[in-house]
Amino acid sequence: MHQTEMKVEMGDVGSEDSEQYLTFMLGGKVYGLGILNIKEIIEYGDITEVPMTPEFISGVINLRGSVVPVIDLSQRFSGKATELAKRTSIIILEVKSADLKIEIGVMVDMVNEVLDIHPGEIEPAPSLGDQIQTNFINGMAKVDGKLLILLDIEHVLSVDELSMVGSI
Amino acid sequence: MSDEGLHIFADEAEDLLASAEQALLRMDNLEDEVDTLECVNEIFRTFHTIKGAAGLFGFNEIVDFTHIVESVFVKIREGIITVDENMVSLFLANLDHLEYLVKIALSDEDHMSVEVKKRDDYLVGKLNAYLAPTAIGVDKGAVTEPKKEELRAETEQEGASKILARLDDRLDESDGVVSGNWHISLRFGPAALRNGMDPASFIKYLANIGELKSVNLIDDSIPGWAEFDPESCYLGFEIVLVSSNTNKEEIEEVFEFVLDDCHISILPPHSHINSYIQLIEDLPEDELRIGDILVACGALTEREKDHILNIQDDFNDGITAGGREWDAPLLGKIAVGENVVEQEVVDAAIKKQKDVQQQNTSSQQTIRVNALKLEDLVNLVGELVIGSANADLNARQLSDANLNEAMENLLRLVEEVRDTALGLRMVQIGETFNRFKRVVREVSRDTGKDIELRISGAETELDKTLIEKIGDPIMHLVRNAIDHGIESPAIRKETGKAAKGVVSLSAFHESGSVVIRITDDGGGLSKEKILNKAIEKGLVNENQQLSDQEIFQLIFEAGFSTAESVSNISGRGVGMDVVRRNIESLRGQVEIESEEGKGSTIAIRLPLTLAIIDGFQVRVGDAQYIVPLDMVDECIELNESLREKDGNANYLNLRGEILPFVHLKDMFRVKGYEGSERNAEMKDIEGRHRDNIVVVQFGGKKAGFVVDELLGEHQTVIKPLGKVFRNLKGISGTTILGSGEVAMIIDIPEMVSRVVNSEQKTFMSSKTI
Repeated sequence: MHQTEMKVEMGDVGSEDSEQYLTFMLGGKVYGLGILNIKEIIEYGDITEVPMTPEFISGVINLRGSVVPVIDLSQRFSGKATELAKRTSIIILEVKSADLKIEIGVMVDMVNEVLDIHPGEIEPAPSLGDQIQTNFINGMAKVDGKLLILLDIEHVLSVDELSMVGSI
Repeated sequence: MSDEGLHIFADEAEDLLASAEQALLRMDNLEDEVDTLECVNEIFRTFHTIKGAAGLFGFNEIVDFTHIVESVFVKIREGIITVDENMVSLFLANLDHLEYLVKIALSDEDHMSVEVKKRDDYLVGKLNAYLAPTAIGVDKGAVTEPKKEELRAETEQEGASKILARLDDRLDESDGVVSGNWHISLRFGPAALRNGMDPASFIKYLANIGELKSVNLIDDSIPGWAEFDPESCYLGFEIVLVSSNTNKEEIEEVFEFVLDDCHISILPPHSHINSYIQLIEDLPEDELRIGDILVACGALTEREKDHILNIQDDFNDGITAGGREWDAPLLGKIAVGENVVEQEVVDAAIKKQKDVQQQNTSSQQTIRVNALKLEDLVNLVGELVIGSANADLNARQLSDANLNEAMENLLRLVEEVRDTALGLRMVQIGETFNRFKRVVREVSRDTGKDIELRISGAETELDKTLIEKIGDPIMHLVRNAIDHGIESPAIRKETGKAAKGVVSLSAFHESGSVVIRITDDGGGLSKEKILNKAIEKGLVNENQQLSDQEIFQLIFEAGFSTAESVSNISGRGVGMDVVRRNIESLRGQVEIESEEGKGSTIAIRLPLTLAIIDGFQVRVGDAQYIVPLDMVDECIELNESLREKDGNANYLNLRGEILPFVHLKDMFRVKGYEGSERNAEMKDIEGRHRDNIVVVQFGGKKAGFVVDELLGEHQTVIKPLGKVFRNLKGISGTTILGSGEVAMIIDIPEMVSRVVNSEQKTFMSSKTI
């Protein structure tokens, strides 16, 4: 956990036009998230489940006194629950909802590094082919020959959509 | 001018306007003239104070406007204009306008907008119409003399001393004092200088009315130099005035501007000796000293003074000897004893005095605090509670007797701090209720219905944040009650009801929640109509079986309105679903009782506070939950005998009552329940597992929840679940346990109704089969 935080800071050095993305692993694929929304990365643990919520909501954690919901991204994308492992982490993001900023955590298999990606390197999302909804994807980028899926966090964690939690 | 000053002005103006509004509405209702006069005075004071303060800040628009209103009130006071209903409406509009002007003055806008200016002109025009007739030059004296007499009589009822003073005029000479001069006893309030009053100027002015025979300075209240505040006024005067052609009113007028914060007694020539007794008793200085001063200034003779002091001594002795009550002012008893005044008059006067005293004490004992500071405090206390729970948990593990004892002490204190901090936010609901008087008045005029608003339980306290948020829903319900509930006077007469409809608002506490009831004695809800409408709108199925409560709850559905006509007050069906949503967002519930033809009652149940509650901690599998302790009725063991008898049924026989229950593990679909380590530990020798039932009750309904373990009380700091979970029902929030884990707080109202309803349905379906 400490290591990854270091990386976020080190990534600050980059060319002016390019934007920075945090990359992480999820179900064997590499994803990227713009770092501007990311508040911190913590180790997975001590999640309290919230009854009567959909599977993709793992539960809530106590983040220094405030209660933060945690989303299982794998469950949301592909319907398969994240398998807990030693490097399972929670990325805490700040999402705008109406006028309020709220904190939401997402569970990922492993956090990799921060990359500089020039907007020119980003291609629009393919209309089909991948398992996840296209409106969750901002675009695809090829970095060092590897394909990176850049997530549109406003859509993935749309509070309006998440809160359509029908109760039983 | 400083922001702080403006802030105070704004707060004060708000309070004053609110109390003036109440006074106006009281005036509208009462025919009792004494009360009317009091109301007029109160409203006059409001406008006057706001005018003064606005002048200080240079808000000329406010000064100009209030001045005109004030002039009209002067006419009312003098009895030239009588107050009627239209006038009350006009003044209500004036209050609104003034409120608006204050807002404008506080904002950065320099001038009134065209619209406001127009309204200003309109209102001023209306007011001037009232002022006009006297300007033409009617002989003022002739018109007002009889009225004046009446007014004077009323003014004098304001205190016991004044009643006595009036009665004195009729007493035979032997009881009156020798002195043929007016006696004025004057004590300035400490704020007199700060308010810009010059004591000397009053005395000078008094000299215009008559000859000042003697002026004695009373400086007893000047404190030691250490406490002396050069801006405070500590002076008092005993004045003897020689004047044959003045009356009490005229003298009082001299002191009009200081009446509020000064103590003034005016005794006419040859006043009854009892008036002086009262005077001496009222004055803060020592009785003997005042007696001497009065003699010195020629108000009393030596013999009269001795007589007074003797009477008082005798009387005091009598009271102590007889062990009688002390609280009634002595003078009243003396006066009654001497057959001077009738008991009722004295009682009325004493009551009035007491009211005034109470008002004074309550105003001295409150301070204004920024709401944000209070919020911070409550949040901090919340963290303190969580922190102490954590410390307690760790201390227990050490099992050090001394440490545990210290911890226990600390926890008790924390609990007290918590209760006190939360108590700070509690306010009485009365003020909110009073706001509806005006609404009722206006809506009933618009609809042509005669309606009385009855208020009870105004002293019920609840959290300020709740009070702020509950106003709008209540407003909707009150409007609905008037518009849809109460029938028109004609129909009411036909059905044998009193022409005047009654809407009542009441509030009371009930097992950890506050219940607010809005009742009307109108037509009530027609189940048939509601059901037909709901079927028509496709909200329910034709052959669905619904309980009365379920039918009534349909009116809270969006777009539902059975009113035949849509008025500008209600009937568009947007209100009720908003009402229910608002109440539910406060963790509250709405219930409806109604009988067709007799009226309806809507009861809103709200939690007492939104911040910290006493919770009862339970465990299901490895998860921990909190049940609000106030709602826990009892805990029982679900033993084998109960289990076998009921088989798989989800209700049991609790001492002859049917108690529906659910397994929380099923309802919450607790993950990893089977593999729970704690449950494995808890199994008894035979490998069986003991279940406990927590019996909760809400709104008169009971239900049981089966849990694995009862963990005891827990001070629960409520942390909201956040927007992501806003549609989640059954969980009302979360809390952080001593171990740092998050625990869910079970929404008992929701769960109880869920359990009870599902039970009723299985009941009904089994009956139909």
